[in-house]
Amino acid sequence: MEGQNVEELLAKAERDEAEKLQRITVHKELELEFDLGNLLASDRNPPTELRRAGPSPEAELQALARDNTQLLINQLWQLPTERVEEALVARLPEPTTRLPREKPVPRPRPLTRWQQFARLKGIRPKKKTNLVWDEVSGQWRRRWGYQRARDDTKEWLIEVPGGADPLEDQFAKRIQAKKERVAKNELNRLRNLARAHKMQLPSTAGMHPTGHQSKEELGRAMQVAKVSTASVGRFQERLPKEKAPRGSGKKRKFQPLFGDFAAEKKSQLELLRVMNSKKPQLDVTRATNKQMREEDQEEAAKRRKMSQKGKRKGGRQGAGGQRKGGPPSQGGKRKGGLGGKVNSGPPRLGGKRKGGQHQRGKRRK
Amino acid sequence: MRPLTEEETRVMFEKIAKYIGENLQLLVDRPDGTYCFRLHNDRVYYVSEKILKLAANISGDKLVSLGTCFGKFTKTHKFRLHITALDYLAPYAKYKVWIKPGAEQSFLYGNHVLKSGLGRITENTCQYQGVVVYSMADVPLTRPPWRSCLPWESTGMVGR
Repeated sequence: MEGQNVEELLAKAERDEAEKLQRITVHKELELEFDLGNLLASDRNPPTELRRAGPSPEAELQALARDNTQLLINQLWQLPTERVEEALVARLPEPTTRLPREKPVPRPRPLTRWQQFARLKGIRPKKKTNLVWDEVSGQWRRRWGYQRARDDTKEWLIEVPGGADPLEDQFAKRIQAKKERVAKNELNRLRNLARAHKMQLPSTAGMHPTGHQSKEELGRAMQVAKVSTASVGRFQERLPKEKAPRGSGKKRKFQPLFGDFAAEKKSQLELLRVMNSKKPQLDVTRATNKQMREEDQEEAAKRRKMSQKGKRKGGRQGAGGQRKGGPPSQGGKRKGGLGGKVNSGPPRLGGKRKGGQHQRGKRRK
Repeated sequence: MRPLTEEETRVMFEKIAKYIGENLQLLVDRPDGTYCFRLHNDRVYYVSEKILKLAANISGDKLVSLGTCFGKFTKTHKFRLHITALDYLAPYAKYKVWIKPGAEQSFLYGNHVLKSGLGRITENTCQYQGVVVYSMADVPLTRPPWRSCLPWESTGMVGR
């Protein structure tokens, strides 16, 4: 019995192995071409199965993809492996396929001003060494840049030159001169760039002083000059009759045309909710009108009842009828009385008083 | 073309809410698609998202109209409803007034409606309420703006 189980297990294991092998090996008529550097596999076999398949060859395409991917992965497993931080990694060879250019060929740039000048004069670039021997520090330093060989801003002793003012700060003068040189170089670089891209520098767009500038151009140049101070023109005085420039306020910003539609909807619904909440739930005028109407109806019904009863029992109880006729007239007097006064009223009518309803709201009569 | 600012939306909603009340949220939040309000040349248009995306491809000076024009903002930023909004407001109107066939022509030519010309009216309509006027065949009516009064505000309820 156990022997049978073991046999069965072994047979099953063998079958599994065969299946796996079958899955891994793929038979192709023409071998695929591999460029493992780009993880590329090119299949040149004619697609007979696909042509046979019909209008939607989904299953065949999937099978083809699976087979080709399997072959590529088989190739990858044959590469030399190495261990990088606890992961087994295959080292890919150099790519053999040459990929086409992504962007178009750059067009030739116009020459910079120096290049034009050099070409004119026939100046060739002289080959210079990168490092220069610096006596002061006793080491080789670079020709220009950080920690250069002869940095005149870093000197600790400067003799006052013959014709200069003795109280002038020579060190500050040298630092200032350097800053100006840097700024001039930067400006020239930007100008060269603008010329290369055929663009204008934003600061000087159309504002070069020729002799023939129109009033608007001069005005614009004046505005820009006014704003080109360290405080962006805040403390520049205007001439006595000069007007403030038009359109110098902040530009209004609107929401984008297709913003978030859901957010827009939400904010509108919120606005509606707030609007509805501000409206009073109970309309006081209508409520009081309704109340007064009800009271009038009640009294009318009562009067009708009294008059009916009075007619029926009129003969027997003359006094009673008279008595019952009393309250309506009293009611009438009461109404008149309470119309004018606020809390006074005949004390005997305490029971039947209906509160201050008659004072609030409009009397429709 | 641009969306409305908060202030403009509020003014417009207040105006429309006079006629349709809280049913306005059914216009804002529709189950059958995203509709939005956009402003173009001071006019407010109610347009579906799909049409809006197509209209965005037309330059502003060449674009005449899109979707449904609900109304416009005047120079002093007041909102004026237009007749083209009637199709959307009539089904949601809270207070409706039906007028008899005899008074219908008179109304359309700009006269007031007398009490005798009144067919039906929604109950609980209070004085000075914004209403939508219908003919007896349930067709919403309006008349051309006349001396700056709103087209279908029936302020002419004589003898109420």
